[in-house]
Amino acid sequence: MIEHLELFFKSIFVDNMVFAVFLGMCSYLAVSKKVATAVGLGAAVIFVLAITVPLNWLLDQYLLQPGALAWLDGSSNGEGFSGMDLGFLSFIMFIATIATMVQLVEIVVEKFSPSLYNSLGIFLPLIAVNCAILGGSLFMQSREIETFGLAVNYGVSSGIGWFLAILAIAAIREKIRYSNVPAPLRGLGITFIITGLMGIGFLSFGGMLTGGDEEEASPEPTAQIEKTQTEDAKVLAENTKIAE
Amino acid sequence: MGLLSKKDAKLITDPLADNNPITIQVLGICSALAITAELKASLVMGIAVLFVLGVGNVVISLMRNIIPSKIRIIVQLIVVAALVIIVDQVLKAFAYDLSKTLSVFIGLIITNCIIMGRFEAFALANKPWQSFLDGIGNALGYAVILVIVGFFRELLGSGTLFGIPVLGDPIEMTGVYALGYENNGFMLMPPMALIIVGLIIWVQRSRNKDLIED
Repeated sequence: MIEHLELFFKSIFVDNMVFAVFLGMCSYLAVSKKVATAVGLGAAVIFVLAITVPLNWLLDQYLLQPGALAWLDGSSNGEGFSGMDLGFLSFIMFIATIATMVQLVEIVVEKFSPSLYNSLGIFLPLIAVNCAILGGSLFMQSREIETFGLAVNYGVSSGIGWFLAILAIAAIREKIRYSNVPAPLRGLGITFIITGLMGIGFLSFGGMLTGGDEEEASPEPTAQIEKTQTEDAKVLAENTKIAE
Repeated sequence: MGLLSKKDAKLITDPLADNNPITIQVLGICSALAITAELKASLVMGIAVLFVLGVGNVVISLMRNIIPSKIRIIVQLIVVAALVIIVDQVLKAFAYDLSKTLSVFIGLIITNCIIMGRFEAFALANKPWQSFLDGIGNALGYAVILVIVGFFRELLGSGTLFGIPVLGDPIEMTGVYALGYENNGFMLMPPMALIIVGLIIWVQRSRNKDLIED
């Protein structure tokens, strides 16, 4: 339970899709002129993330990970299918899932709620190429989310984080129209700078949970571990040589 | 530019400044900013996009007459995903540390809006050679912004360029550090990338008044 709560708050505030990793910036900038459309797109993103992240989690667990194919012939010792690593296929599998799901969602929404379909119309297919959606699945993979429940949680909460961000910037942009911004900065420029300032504000959430984001900081330490291991192996090789 | 006709040359030079994909068309910001804390990573990202966009544009342009328009998005995504897998595998094989730094952002080239945008807007309607030039031009425009942002962030943030110390040694207090300069660690934080791009836009639009929005 506590890990669910932790993941929930962490994905919304600490690892916010927009302010911490810049995902979905294109639609974030393009669709944030009015609050109403921003809310529509934000809701659609939450929905699609909540479906595709768990689906891709299943794909990753039972098809793509090293050893994930063990269920196929019952082997678990690296022989047969369990020795296979289809990880390099994950981009193509994930994007196919996302494109299919977006298409499906579009058809279902059109059938059952034409009014919602009309208000979202153009944005629904755009979601397929929103980096936040693919980014959600790729971060799910690289952060090694453990259970199906956590994957659902991660999808929903990072969607909520994105929703929050686009809602906030849309509200600010509606107000800033009446301010005296220097002419060359108007529109895009000031939006970038405001987003940067909001990002600085969101940095302060980093202290909310202990532990922090170890994933981001780990590249160097892992490389070092590999280095020391190879060095150990070399020393061992030297020793055995002398023994002979 | 003797090799290229005037119209072809324009395809390459236009996106570099007045029709820059990042600052004017507002495309491809997603994966661009997070990796600009180091100049090397920015450059590699630029090259990766150059490859994917150049080749992808040619492939899509060659297939433009046989792709049914209803499923074109899926076809485009598959082409990009295949090219990105090549880039990812090459990086993992020859520059493992770098591919760790770039982590998921190489994968995110697939959803980079520049690529889909150019496929939709140019490659589906033009011949392969023009599409190739258009792809190269737009990828260069993207890379230029990335390199500028990466240059300032790495120089001011850690005092190095390509990992080589250029401002002196902060521990032994040589170079500018002897004058009391200190690295501004804040430049390495994600929000600064946005603010630097904001400033680039400001400079660009002050120089060219036609670009100002109301």
